[in-house]
Amino acid sequence: MGKIGLIIRREYLTRVRKKSFIIMTILGPLIMGALMIVPVWMASVNVSVKTVQVLDEAGLVDGLLTPNDNIKFVYTRKPIDQAKKELEASGYFALVHIPRFEDNDLNHLQRQIKLYSAEQVSLSTKLFIRTQIEKQVERLKLQSQGVDQDLVDNVKKTVNVPLEIIPLDGKGKSDVEVNTVLGMFGGILIYLFIFLFGAQVMRGVIEEKTNRIVEVIISSVKPFQLMMGKIIGIALVGLTQFLLWVVLTGSIYSIFMATVVKDKFSAQNVETILKQSPDGTSVDDIDQIKETQEVIGRVNSINWGLMIPAFLFYFLGGYLLYGALFAAIGGAVDSESDTQQFMLPVSAPLIFAFVMAQAVLNDPNGTMAKWLSIIPFTSPIIMMVRLPFGVHYTELLLSFAMLILGFVFTTWAAGKIYRTGILMYGKRPTWREMFRWLRY
Amino acid sequence: MHGTPIFEARSVFKNYGAYAALQDVSLAVERGSIFGLLGPNGAGKTSLIRIINQITAPDSGALFFDGKPLKPEDVNRIGYLPEERGLYRKMQVGEQCMYLARLKGLSEAEAKKKLRGWFEKFEIQAWWNKKIEELSKGMAQKVQFIVTVLHEPELLILDEPFTGFDPVNANLIRDEVLELRRKGATVIFSTHRMETVEELCDSIALINKSKKILDGKLIDIRKQYRTHTYRLEFTGNLISFTNALWAGAELLEKKQDGDHCTVTLRLLGGNTVNNLFQAILPVCELISFQELIPSMSDVFIRTVQQESTQDHG
Repeated sequence: MGKIGLIIRREYLTRVRKKSFIIMTILGPLIMGALMIVPVWMASVNVSVKTVQVLDEAGLVDGLLTPNDNIKFVYTRKPIDQAKKELEASGYFALVHIPRFEDNDLNHLQRQIKLYSAEQVSLSTKLFIRTQIEKQVERLKLQSQGVDQDLVDNVKKTVNVPLEIIPLDGKGKSDVEVNTVLGMFGGILIYLFIFLFGAQVMRGVIEEKTNRIVEVIISSVKPFQLMMGKIIGIALVGLTQFLLWVVLTGSIYSIFMATVVKDKFSAQNVETILKQSPDGTSVDDIDQIKETQEVIGRVNSINWGLMIPAFLFYFLGGYLLYGALFAAIGGAVDSESDTQQFMLPVSAPLIFAFVMAQAVLNDPNGTMAKWLSIIPFTSPIIMMVRLPFGVHYTELLLSFAMLILGFVFTTWAAGKIYRTGILMYGKRPTWREMFRWLRY
Repeated sequence: MHGTPIFEARSVFKNYGAYAALQDVSLAVERGSIFGLLGPNGAGKTSLIRIINQITAPDSGALFFDGKPLKPEDVNRIGYLPEERGLYRKMQVGEQCMYLARLKGLSEAEAKKKLRGWFEKFEIQAWWNKKIEELSKGMAQKVQFIVTVLHEPELLILDEPFTGFDPVNANLIRDEVLELRRKGATVIFSTHRMETVEELCDSIALINKSKKILDGKLIDIRKQYRTHTYRLEFTGNLISFTNALWAGAELLEKKQDGDHCTVTLRLLGGNTVNNLFQAILPVCELISFQELIPSMSDVFIRTVQQESTQDHG
């Protein structure tokens, strides 16, 4: 094993054996798993069923409102004043009042419908009740025009325009929703990775300085070897952690899916249900299954053969570029509290890229998006955001090349600052001094 | 002379920006000797040592190790104890020693075998699995010394070796260094506290303000800088002693306690100690006689003064 190999091995092993690494490895997937599972769980396990009282003096919706898992309807005939008074004591969540139907004016009536509630009404609850009432108003309006509601329902069911986007270069199908999620996810992951492990590089360098071991080591190896060994070692720690997270999160998720959600969406089940329809299963179920299948189809339509290598490339390229800068900061200062003034300018482009990601999502092929995905300081995040939407291969190659040039440059510059900085004790250098070290 | 020097620097220059750390420094370290690199703080000693260790490169000048131009692999034949020294506090002693030994090019088996030997010698086997932060400062210093010499360097460079070490460890290190020299190693001591190493050194180089101002064998330098000053202790009458001194000696200091006298005098002209004895022995009974040899710091001060008068003159 070469000397740099020994350094990589030490950096890797000392970190992987730390308690904090093991804790993070276990906690990471638990947190990620929780982020995925909790919403599903919240939706499936219903904590409270709200009962809404309906006083329908117009006979508009009487007995026709469809309840869901959260909201039930009961109907009352009590006068409105009495119903309002008794509402709080009754235990009902809210009271819907539809006043008497006068002048046969449905347009006037629909604006008079009120919801009384002692509690806060959530947006989703309001929307649900509103949709239910609107459905009945719609039915009445259709009826008055001589149209049968069932006919409309059936027609609606058969109307479905997915509006598939076909890129002109013919590279697979494209889907805005999936692309957005995927792009954001990739960008966030790279952002976190660079910050998390870049900071570890910096702390590692400071540790060697404060322990006064750095000069002992660089009498055996070149300062550049020590710096690169540390950066590469920590990159491997990051990859290991990431891999463990993927494996653990995957298994937690699949165990959850297998035990809690059961095989509702399994291929076999879907087929049986689809065969049974239209009789037997409810329309809702079929819609849900169709949607799920569609999402699976969309996910499968993504060009994973490009996305995964590109992700790894930007993951590592971005980390190497910033890791070198973080190492230079660590080398230049004496303690972590001195790092603040240097951290901000170094991390500013990264934060900027992260903030700009939203704008890039809105216009993934705009001029700004193109530039930001070529400049190596922002490209790891921005290109990951853009990539699912399709990027021309010349741009991609240019971005690759720029990132490689970028980290070769930052590593070179950082190496110069680092090798001078690690031998300086007792004073915090200024930017000008650090710039001068580049020429030593 | 023992043939080719183990290390030689020829006309080395090193600048940090506008600051000159070394200007035209040339010196040669003989194989098997103990070499003192002396000078005040900031003179350029550490700059030179870092160049020998190839931590930094000189701006110009030639460097030779064992007669050949200095090359990267030579670091494995050099042991270096820097002034700013320490160990990973959170790493276990054994693992850390293995790591540092392997960085010096030892194989895993060699490193383990040698470490066992040293740990037995210092009776510290029980520390193997302890972290450095669990050890006392003195204990950590022992470990530090072991990793410096473990790979049996031909050239051992110790920068300010006796600062930061407690007296017990300082003596231990002194003894071990002498032992290593007996086995053939060459040692360079670098320090601003000249009195701590001068009795150990065979040769020295004085560095001041980035320039070498003096170098050579310690004996020769002392000869060159001797002041012909002597201290005498005797019993007898101080007045008859003074009368017995002829014009060839100048009395610098005298102290009398009954008939017990201590005097310091300088011989003038070409007079020898034997001439002095012939003159004074009839009037006193000599107890002790000693030449006052200039210390390296005296030499340093005199040289610096000479230099500055030359500069101004």
